[in-house]
Amino acid sequence: MSGTFTKSMARNIFFGGTVFFALLFLALTFDSMQAIPKRDNHANLTPAVVAGKKVWETNNCIGCHTLLGEGAYFAPELGNVYKRRGPDFIKAWIKSQPTGAPGRRQMPNFHLSEQQLDDLVEFLKYTSEINTANWPPNIEG
Amino acid sequence: MQYSSQAVAKPYFVAAIGLFIGQVLFGLIMGLQYVIGDFLFPAIPFNVARMVHTNLLIVWLLFGFMGSAYYMIPEETETELYSPKLAITMFWIFLVAGALTIVGYLAVPYAELARMTGNDLLETMGREFLEQPLVTKLGIVVVALAFLFNLTMTMLKGRKTSVGLVLMMGLWGLAVMFLFSFYNPSNLVMDKYFWWWVVHLWVEGVWELILGALLAFVLIKVTGVDREVIEKWLYVIITLTLVTGIIGTGHHYFWIGTPEYWQWWGSVFSALEPIPFFAMTVFAFNMVNRRRREHPNKAAVLWALGTGVMAFLGAGVWGFLHTLAPVNYYTHGTQITAAHGHMAFYGAYAMVVITLISYAMPILRGRAANSNKAQVVEMWSFWLMTIAMVFITLFLTAAGILQVWLQRMSTNPMPFMAAQEQVALFYWLREGTGVVFLIGLLMYVASFFIGGDEASQKAS
Repeated sequence: MSGTFTKSMARNIFFGGTVFFALLFLALTFDSMQAIPKRDNHANLTPAVVAGKKVWETNNCIGCHTLLGEGAYFAPELGNVYKRRGPDFIKAWIKSQPTGAPGRRQMPNFHLSEQQLDDLVEFLKYTSEINTANWPPNIEG
Repeated sequence: MQYSSQAVAKPYFVAAIGLFIGQVLFGLIMGLQYVIGDFLFPAIPFNVARMVHTNLLIVWLLFGFMGSAYYMIPEETETELYSPKLAITMFWIFLVAGALTIVGYLAVPYAELARMTGNDLLETMGREFLEQPLVTKLGIVVVALAFLFNLTMTMLKGRKTSVGLVLMMGLWGLAVMFLFSFYNPSNLVMDKYFWWWVVHLWVEGVWELILGALLAFVLIKVTGVDREVIEKWLYVIITLTLVTGIIGTGHHYFWIGTPEYWQWWGSVFSALEPIPFFAMTVFAFNMVNRRRREHPNKAAVLWALGTGVMAFLGAGVWGFLHTLAPVNYYTHGTQITAAHGHMAFYGAYAMVVITLISYAMPILRGRAANSNKAQVVEMWSFWLMTIAMVFITLFLTAAGILQVWLQRMSTNPMPFMAAQEQVALFYWLREGTGVVFLIGLLMYVASFFIGGDEASQKAS
């Protein structure tokens, strides 16, 4: 860098650029907040879904699974599991863990109550109905 | 050591390295669980091991950043630290809180931990990387505020350099963005939208300011290049970082229920995110080539150059690989993501903290540089860890490409677990390379205990 480009010029560009792009990001966020209600399936955000999200969180499901592609990559995507497996299978599966099959990846048994299982299923149903721009590419997640 | 209060950095560095070892051990456990699914089950289920692995990473890097700041700020401001006592108190609080949290993860079922620690008062737990109990999160805020108060007071009474200023902006940004971890709306889309304000705006935003400042500091010291030149570079790099990285958050807003225009904003801006990392590499090599002195600490110079290269490869190249929306549609949430995460965190953040430790630790122990013998071992550890990480990344990338092919692109897509079995070979290779990484890390630790000939120490 030549002598004509001074440190104080670099500093001014830093502050100017950062402020400009931070404000642009805030503007896009503001616009997103207006647009998200059209896609986020909030009409179905029932008390059961809220309770189900808590079951999801307090059992650290994200520690093995992905949800809309975010989380750990050890176990299947669950954003669309409601569509892949249906409510009864999900409940039966969770209740029957761990499989104990030697050498296979094991899911703990979280000792969920019937109510918690129903709430969790409601949460997964709600999640599967969020408009995710057609992600994942197919039902296998 | 120019200022006696810089000594508070030492325990921070020791804790950082100790926790780093823990992180790698849990990484090896998880790596084995990928292929021997019931390994250590039910004692340590995968989700617990992963929580420990990622949380230890965050905590050791925070220890590293704090130690670095305590070392750098007195020298940059040319004055003693405002309160060394506060710094040491906060060290112990942070260490005990961190240790208790890890013990909590390991000893108690997570749901029970959530109940015991008041998650019902404010539900913040159970989200990736932000699994910490509410009390731990509050503890982090208290420690961060005390730390920032201490350094800001030091800064106010001393010289204000650009390196110091950029470091402080990064650290304040880190604390401010962390506050979003307390916001957890029931609406999953909103939850995810603002969760990224912590995660992305940390690692692809404010943390890069810290990274730049640490690297600039070490380069000033080891090359003797004029501060004006280095600080000008620093501003250029962090300008590129934030100009690309803030809107680059959009590459996480492709498939989570956010408007689809993010596919354009996210793709375009994050495609530019490698540029600051490339600039950083050019910067590091340029400064070392223009050096005005031969610093006796060759290992620190090696780590500094390595940081530039590996951050560019891991964060820049491997990030770009899957950041364009049409590509990400297939790769989102696969082993490709894991590959990128590993090399980016190692190359950018683990390595820059080690660079600073490598430079500062000998001085904190009363010598300009370690003996030649110790440095040789340290440089071996550099190569072992770095090459191991390159291969871990390559194997995970191979696993990821196959996974995408089998599970997402095939006309007859395989279920997740069926695809996982097909790529098991690469998980085995990754685990083997992980062992090499651990050996490298142990050699790094060993290098601290190698004495050596008086001559080389006197020469420095």
